[in-house]
Amino acid sequence: MYETNYHRASSVQEAVKLISGAAEGKYLAGGMTLIATMKQRLAAPSDLVDLRHIAEMKGITVNGRSVRIGAATTHHDVASSAELEAVCPAICALAGHIGDPHVRHMGTIGGSIANNDPAADFPAAMLALDATIVTNSREIAAADFFTGLFETALNDDEIITAIAFEAPAKAAYRKFPNPASRYAMTGVFVVRRDNGDVRVAVTGAGSSGVFRHRDMEAALARNWSPDAVGNVSVDASDLMTDLHASAAYRANLIKVMTKRAVAAA
Amino acid sequence: MAKITMTVNGRQVSGTCDDRTLLVHFIRENLGLTGTHVGCDTSQCGACVIHMDGLSVKSCSILAVQAAGSSITTIEGLAKDGELHPVQAAFKAHHGLQCGFCTPGMVMTAVDMIARHGSGLDEATVRSELEGNICRCTGYHNIVKAILAAAAEMGGARQAAE
Amino acid sequence: MGVEGIGARVARKEDKRFLTGKGRYTDDMSVPGMKYAIFVRSPHAHAKIRSIDATAAKEMPGVIDVLDGRQLTADGIGNLICGWMIHSKDGSPMKMGAWRPLADQTVRYVGDAVAVVVADSVDEARDAAEAVAVDYELLPVVTDPVKAMADGQPQLHPEASNNLIFDWQLGDAAATDAAITAAAHVTEVKIFNNRLSPNPMEPRAALGIYDSGDDHYTCYTTSQNPHLARLVMSAFYNVAPENKLRVIAPDVGGGFGSKIYIYPEEIVCLWASKRTGVPVKWTCDRTEAFLTDAHGRDHISTVKMAFDSSNRITALKVDTIANLGAYMSLFSSCVPTYLYATLLSGQYDIPAIHANVRTVYTNTAPVDAYRGAGRPEATYLLERTMETAARELGISPAELRRINFIRTFPHQTPVIMNYDAGDYEASLNAAMAAADWNGFAARKAEAERRGMKRGIGMSCYIEACGLAPSSAVGSLGAGVGLWESAEVRVNAVGTIEVMTGSHSHGQGHETTFAQLVADRFGVPIDSVNIVHGDTDKVQMGMGTYGSRSGAVGMSAVVKALDKVEAKAKKIAAHLMEADESDIVIENGELKVAGTDKSVPWFQMALAAYTAHNLPSGMEPGLKEGAFYDPSNFTFPAGCYICEVEVDPDTGRTEIVQFVAADDFGNIINPMIVEGQVHGGLAQGIGQALLEGVHYDPESGQLLTASYMDYAMPRADDLPSFKVSTSNTPCPNNPLGVKGCGEAGAIGSPPALINAITDAIGNNTLTMPATPEKVWAAAHAAN
Repeated sequence: MYETNYHRASSVQEAVKLISGAAEGKYLAGGMTLIATMKQRLAAPSDLVDLRHIAEMKGITVNGRSVRIGAATTHHDVASSAELEAVCPAICALAGHIGDPHVRHMGTIGGSIANNDPAADFPAAMLALDATIVTNSREIAAADFFTGLFETALNDDEIITAIAFEAPAKAAYRKFPNPASRYAMTGVFVVRRDNGDVRVAVTGAGSSGVFRHRDMEAALARNWSPDAVGNVSVDASDLMTDLHASAAYRANLIKVMTKRAVAAA
Repeated sequence: MAKITMTVNGRQVSGTCDDRTLLVHFIRENLGLTGTHVGCDTSQCGACVIHMDGLSVKSCSILAVQAAGSSITTIEGLAKDGELHPVQAAFKAHHGLQCGFCTPGMVMTAVDMIARHGSGLDEATVRSELEGNICRCTGYHNIVKAILAAAAEMGGARQAAE
Repeated sequence: MGVEGIGARVARKEDKRFLTGKGRYTDDMSVPGMKYAIFVRSPHAHAKIRSIDATAAKEMPGVIDVLDGRQLTADGIGNLICGWMIHSKDGSPMKMGAWRPLADQTVRYVGDAVAVVVADSVDEARDAAEAVAVDYELLPVVTDPVKAMADGQPQLHPEASNNLIFDWQLGDAAATDAAITAAAHVTEVKIFNNRLSPNPMEPRAALGIYDSGDDHYTCYTTSQNPHLARLVMSAFYNVAPENKLRVIAPDVGGGFGSKIYIYPEEIVCLWASKRTGVPVKWTCDRTEAFLTDAHGRDHISTVKMAFDSSNRITALKVDTIANLGAYMSLFSSCVPTYLYATLLSGQYDIPAIHANVRTVYTNTAPVDAYRGAGRPEATYLLERTMETAARELGISPAELRRINFIRTFPHQTPVIMNYDAGDYEASLNAAMAAADWNGFAARKAEAERRGMKRGIGMSCYIEACGLAPSSAVGSLGAGVGLWESAEVRVNAVGTIEVMTGSHSHGQGHETTFAQLVADRFGVPIDSVNIVHGDTDKVQMGMGTYGSRSGAVGMSAVVKALDKVEAKAKKIAAHLMEADESDIVIENGELKVAGTDKSVPWFQMALAAYTAHNLPSGMEPGLKEGAFYDPSNFTFPAGCYICEVEVDPDTGRTEIVQFVAADDFGNIINPMIVEGQVHGGLAQGIGQALLEGVHYDPESGQLLTASYMDYAMPRADDLPSFKVSTSNTPCPNNPLGVKGCGEAGAIGSPPALINAITDAIGNNTLTMPATPEKVWAAAHAAN
């Protein structure tokens, strides 16, 4: 790791102030990706501003079916929230399978979303749930937020403070993990709302990161059943090929994971 | 350079380190507690697992400065008054270790796992909860057995106390 | 057997320190003034070094010095060597290219060490290593061994034209070809044995300490054989004479073969300590381990197995290409030859065998022994071929094996080995019973109803352990003898220290070796200390590999115990005025048989040291040493059965049952033996299902350089195992033991692949059987 300067913020305001004074500052949430990246010398922030001690960014509130999760809430806390489990168990289950228990004790929802790793789980949930990404300066629709591999709509110095969404009638997430890293080799989050609206968001497979599969959505809107997925064709041309899986195999996984998510929802 | 203070195994300790110093290196080099190990660079092997404020974490993926003010338990802090912790005793009884390198992380993980799941742990849950800990010697068979035995014993002990 | 004697399930003495964080591994060592080394490594797979400029690096904070290959060469540090001479079939010796500890002219794989930075901290050393400017002239790259042998390909070493190291053969080619021509059926198979990274959880490390006062060196290192390290560093690398070099392998966190070898880093740390005047410690990170730890396996073979009309094997013909990487590592030459082709008879009576092996240089990390070393490659080849033959011949895999089992011993195979004992059918029967083989059809039908494809597969392995009779291996080209040593030191108070040349890095020697003593003298194992891993404390020994610690290391202890027992009895007889032949040792006492006269063990020991009243002419003290050279290899064998369910939609394989039935000869501690089998199985299953080293063929970059891309078996990849043993004692060593360390890794890969191919109905599948491969193969079969 290159040299860096650490700062601990106790409020969002202080965090913004600290980073504005830094040459190449980075916010540090749980650090489960950032520290690893710095260890490999692939990131070299001059300053780190630690958000883990900002009380206003933590916690889960559920009002009716309106959910708000503070950005500094850990995966462990998302996974084990009884309130959240009551309205949207799919997101608890998703959080409960990110990384491993130790990573879940540190990693945060805000950090995961801001990083937008193409194989991360939360971006698929955000997109499918039509979540709002709340920052210190504005609210951004998930559809506008994830802009490419490790790219988001966040401006420099902008902090995600919370995410918010309306819990849907049905939702489920199924992922097929990479046998080595255990990140999603393909993960699919499906949502069905009472008005019949369906979302299918795919992570781990797309060559430009998380995306919605519109043909799947249309087929499932017509017929919300695992069988409806069978005849949808998945175009492999925009999917990733790497050491572990070809685009064609990922295309197959998208279908299989969608089918299984619908069955589980 | 940062001067940091934290509680480690019940004792307040202070030390000076670079801001870039990882918690695992602070524990090993500054505090001389070499039971916590480093087995990979990508936060996957779990040889470095400790407890921070009561939860298992990977000390190779946390800066020492991030842990300032926290309460840390390492493998050295588990046995009390020379008596092995029930998880340590179960690992010995069931041959849940061979070369010993992953063992501190495994034991700290098991203690955390049992604290969260209690005696209701089953084999599938133990195997799933061990996702962040790699062992190359045991094939996990006896580690799983040891954790299940410790969970049963600790659950039983808890019930007896109630 | 007693509660702590031979055969007892004794909990391990060494566990407490590991469980409480008190294990002492090389990276835990710290000495005053110690500084840290980081190696500058080649980012290219093949290049000439035009120049190295460390001027900027030397100016950086905390840097003590930056050293490179020119200085190393100037100081007379020698080349790394391969210690086993193999001759090609034309009689020419193997072509060993120069391997410099720090490359001074050419780099030949990504990770080849070029320079070393010594600095106050690891971070500062790493900062400076980035500032060392190495000017490379890139050369073309070859990573594929078949391609490397073709004309016009990049040449790695001038000695080895077409990168061919040797072209070696074993067996009778003419008889084999004749039998194949005359056969009723010939099964032909192409076999790939995937390249693996050993991955002990403790990365390699070295601490070099030069003491200018005594002109003496100390090296703490992660070694399976510290004496061998000292011998090689002294005799070949010219680091220091043996009497000026102490090598200590303290607690070592797993080896699996990868820590047998003497690598550039420990040599450089010792040399750099003298150069810089400070103790120098280097600790490998995991990516460096993937790049530079010797890899294992990596064979491509074609096989012909001939059968007569009654399904008896009449001949086996094997042609193998083994990729040895960029340099010949310490034992790299014997792995694909004498540890491989000599096991190609398996458990079967095969009248004619011929094996041809070509070994090849490529721009990849060196390849050497990894758990099993040659024997897994032989077993995988043979047992995949047997399975394929059974399917082609339309008979059950068990039946085909039964027809061909060797049933009388000793049995001379056509490929050197003389099997001393075994009962292969007993293991087969035990495994089939434990696996409920007969109930499989019903389980398959049930799985089918759930949409899952269920398959079952077996493998019958044999291996050769107890390496090895020194004169035999010497005649085959080994540069060392493979005996072992022991010294048993009885202290004046009766406690006992055993110095052994075997090294324990997970195997539990501190317990099992103590069990031998407890068994012999009836003393508690807590009064016995096993001392190993330090060349200053322990007499010359050969170390731990090839499941040799039981059959060879323990046999040396037994020989030393014999001598101690004989002297102890003499002393006791003298003290009790009895006849020496009437003395028996029981429960910590020396008794006169048939009387109530006895002397406690400690009193006899005290008498040996006070020397006030010893038999006339007897030397004081009680300390005896022995060297044991085995008369034959040992031959553990067994049968493994694997049952899987394949999800046809994703190709994911779940192991629903894994049964191991082994014959290890007599067993010292069943708990430890079971643990060895479990670990071996996990590594074999890892090879078959998950693991594989991949290089980019164009650039030679390692694509699997971390746990993000190299799939290690984790707890949820594996089932709990059903293990059992049915043992035939080994007739050739005093304990009747055979060895158990490698069996799991040897027998399991073919059982798993046989099971998956059975499930999906497609016999074409290579390791690792990743979900995508299995999915594609399952679909191709439909």
